[in-house]
Amino acid sequence: MSVLTRWFTPLEGGRREATPASVPAVRKGDALDVADLPSYGFGTRSLMWWGTAGMMAIEGMGFALMIGVCFYLRSLNAVWPSGGDPPDLLWGTVNVVLAVLTGIPNAIIDRAANEQDLHRVRVWLVTFAVLTLCLLPVRWMEFTALNVRGDASAYGSCVWVLLGLHTFNLITNVADTLVVSAVTFKKTVDGKRFVDVAENAGYWWFIIATWIPIYVVIYLVPRM
Amino acid sequence: MSTGAGTHMGAPLHRGDARRRQKKSLHRAAERHAMILDGAGWDSVAAHALERTWQDEPGVLGFLRTNDHKRLGRRFVATAFLFFVAAGILAAVMRAQLAVPDNHVVGPDLYDQLFTMHGTTMMFIFAVPVMQGMALYLVPLMVGTRNTAFPRMSACAYWLYLLGSITLYGGFALNAGADAGWFAYVPLAGPQYGVGKRSDIWNNLINFTEAMGLMVAVDITTVILKMRAPGMSLRRMPLFVWASLVTSVMIIFAMPAVMLAANLVQFDRTFGTHFFNPAEGGDALLWQHLFWFFGHPEVYFIFIPALGFVSTIIPTFARRPMFGHDAVVLSLIATGFLAFGLWVHHMFATNLPELGKSFFTAMSFMIAIPTAVQIFCWIATLWAGRLNLRVPLLFVLGFFFIFMIGGLSGIMVGSVPFDLQVHDTYFVVAHLHYVLLGGAVFPLFAALYYWFPKMTGRMLGERLGRWQFWLFFIGFNVAFFPMHVLGLEGMPRRMYTYGAETGWGPLNLLASVGAAIIAVSVLVFVINVVRTRRGGEPASADPWGASTLEWATGSPPPPYNFVALPVVTSREPLWAPRPPGTPTHVSGLSAEDREGLVTTVLDAAPDVRYSYPEPTIWPFIAAWGVLVWLLWSSLSTAGMFWGLIPPAIAFIGWYWPSKEETDRQLVLQRRP
Repeated sequence: MSVLTRWFTPLEGGRREATPASVPAVRKGDALDVADLPSYGFGTRSLMWWGTAGMMAIEGMGFALMIGVCFYLRSLNAVWPSGGDPPDLLWGTVNVVLAVLTGIPNAIIDRAANEQDLHRVRVWLVTFAVLTLCLLPVRWMEFTALNVRGDASAYGSCVWVLLGLHTFNLITNVADTLVVSAVTFKKTVDGKRFVDVAENAGYWWFIIATWIPIYVVIYLVPRM
Repeated sequence: MSTGAGTHMGAPLHRGDARRRQKKSLHRAAERHAMILDGAGWDSVAAHALERTWQDEPGVLGFLRTNDHKRLGRRFVATAFLFFVAAGILAAVMRAQLAVPDNHVVGPDLYDQLFTMHGTTMMFIFAVPVMQGMALYLVPLMVGTRNTAFPRMSACAYWLYLLGSITLYGGFALNAGADAGWFAYVPLAGPQYGVGKRSDIWNNLINFTEAMGLMVAVDITTVILKMRAPGMSLRRMPLFVWASLVTSVMIIFAMPAVMLAANLVQFDRTFGTHFFNPAEGGDALLWQHLFWFFGHPEVYFIFIPALGFVSTIIPTFARRPMFGHDAVVLSLIATGFLAFGLWVHHMFATNLPELGKSFFTAMSFMIAIPTAVQIFCWIATLWAGRLNLRVPLLFVLGFFFIFMIGGLSGIMVGSVPFDLQVHDTYFVVAHLHYVLLGGAVFPLFAALYYWFPKMTGRMLGERLGRWQFWLFFIGFNVAFFPMHVLGLEGMPRRMYTYGAETGWGPLNLLASVGAAIIAVSVLVFVINVVRTRRGGEPASADPWGASTLEWATGSPPPPYNFVALPVVTSREPLWAPRPPGTPTHVSGLSAEDREGLVTTVLDAAPDVRYSYPEPTIWPFIAAWGVLVWLLWSSLSTAGMFWGLIPPAIAFIGWYWPSKEETDRQLVLQRRP
């Protein structure tokens, strides 16, 4: 049984990847037999990881451009925020703290999914789903405390759309979490569903990571 | 069905037991379930099983549910070509109007819609989808896999594209065709001047086409990075695949800009926000920045796949490997990066700081370098090869000539003083057509002639092909070369007519004659396709004697692409002799389930088996759901929220695993 990796030396001695397959493909006559390979993998071994990364790149680009729009318009306006107070800090800050706290159950879920521990995944997904649902009313309160209408000025438009974009992301991921959680409660669960749970957790890191700069732009920049 | 090699996870998990059970080979599961695995030999048993597994069901339902990358790719190409013809007809009407001075074939309002619809169609619903369609068709075959990574997503992308395009043309039929130019500048497209629903429809189209583009881009990127045949390390990857990778990554970073911009202007129109309203702190130039941050890279989404076609076709017809393969790859990547630093050269006539403009002039000149490197590599390949001057190569040579002229006029308009003189004149119209038709449509026709036998199993007629080429080549130059002169004489673009005293009549008439010749050429192509489909010469698996993997399977390929996935040991797998003792193919994937192989990013070493998703109607329903949401949200605030319900239901249905699917997974399952 010869191990596959012998065959795959890059053309002119390039570097080999650090993580080859956990189970190598084997030679069988003229064939390279892959029947023993795992039927799913986590992290970069999963196609879903790449799909999610693509989504994050797209949405991250959208957020970055929207933040750019805010700063661009701010540079053209002598008064920013125009015509009123900056948004109240209370609900935004509560939300950012809560969002960071959701990182704890999210990390547990991520790990439980990688270990394929169904019981822990179920318990923590439910906990996590309830917590994320709590973020939505807080987000609603944030909109009431922006101190500006979206159609009042370019400043107001920026604040509303930036918060709106993140809210759209938040709602879709909360819905995604509920659906992924529901699937783990089916009578029979196959291993690929753990990958889905892990990817959902990965996407949640993105939600938290984008929320912090957006919080700074909406709540702190108008105070500078 | 027993859970077999998998585990039943409804009950508390006894990890040790489960792992032991799951470590059993798929061979044992195959024995237990009498499951046929592929690749054990090139036998017909596996081929029949694969055929049963991968064949779409017949009829309308099969048509709507398919997620076969070949059917989707062909569908993208055919649909895009229909829109190419539609936009060509719009152009013909414009040329009829401009053929003589003081003409009144159409009035100014319809003329505005004509040029906007022409540009929008060509850029958004012809050029990008046709290139992505070619990539969808070719990339999985070229990298030696059985489907794309997320085929349902590409299926949904197609339906989004079709519905969005029909919406655009439906609006046009109802006198609500977009009329603010293909780049839809504000304030013309904003709430104050863009009255009626014309610009709303345009903004919606952007959402559809960009969602389509992004979905396909993520799919293609993942296939290329993770599903290449074992042994196809990055350094052995075909050049068209490289071009598709660069394009897809560019799309991921550029398309969000236009999507954001179109939605911001839509918010201005629907909800009264002020992003582009200077009276309330907004800025009209902001639109131009956002649009061109996407718009310039977009030229390269169209052009880079075309470079990939050229770099694939030239070695085949020169009958030798590509000269400077690594240099070409690096040039493609460099072009991808540099393309993001050019957008301001569309804005030289605005009041931006002069120092900034100098930077963008320098960048505009710099991007000529990687293109020149490729051109020299192509010339060297042709020089050192034994030429087989068939129609695809003719179109490539035509591309050289026309694209060179477009590149040279590009260097001219890349400098600020010259650009200020010819901005918004026919010189720019000439330049952009030389670049886009020369840079993309000539290589596209080359590609269609080259891969038509693969896609349909029949060779396009050579004689009609030559007629088409010469008509297209001559017609193109007759139509567009005079526009350089008209532009230098000061004829502005987008004017519906001109006075006889300007003296522009004769050259305009000449341009219109050229346009008619182009129309005849496209008609010849259509006749060639129809005749070939009815009874053209049947094609063998590899009629051109090419080197890449798509020619290693039948013409047209079976639904499963390859009886056994190939193992690659060189850049030209069909040309280079295989080192003795190396494996030729992969075995051990289930032939009774849609299984494929995930490999590592750099070396393409086998890593994980992968179950492709089955065909389903949900992507089709999801596209309709998105249509409801987008149209409703462009009419009212409530639609923005309640309209989300239909697509949400569709996406949940799409994801929800059925019992059969879970049971099947459990049979195939082997834990990492």
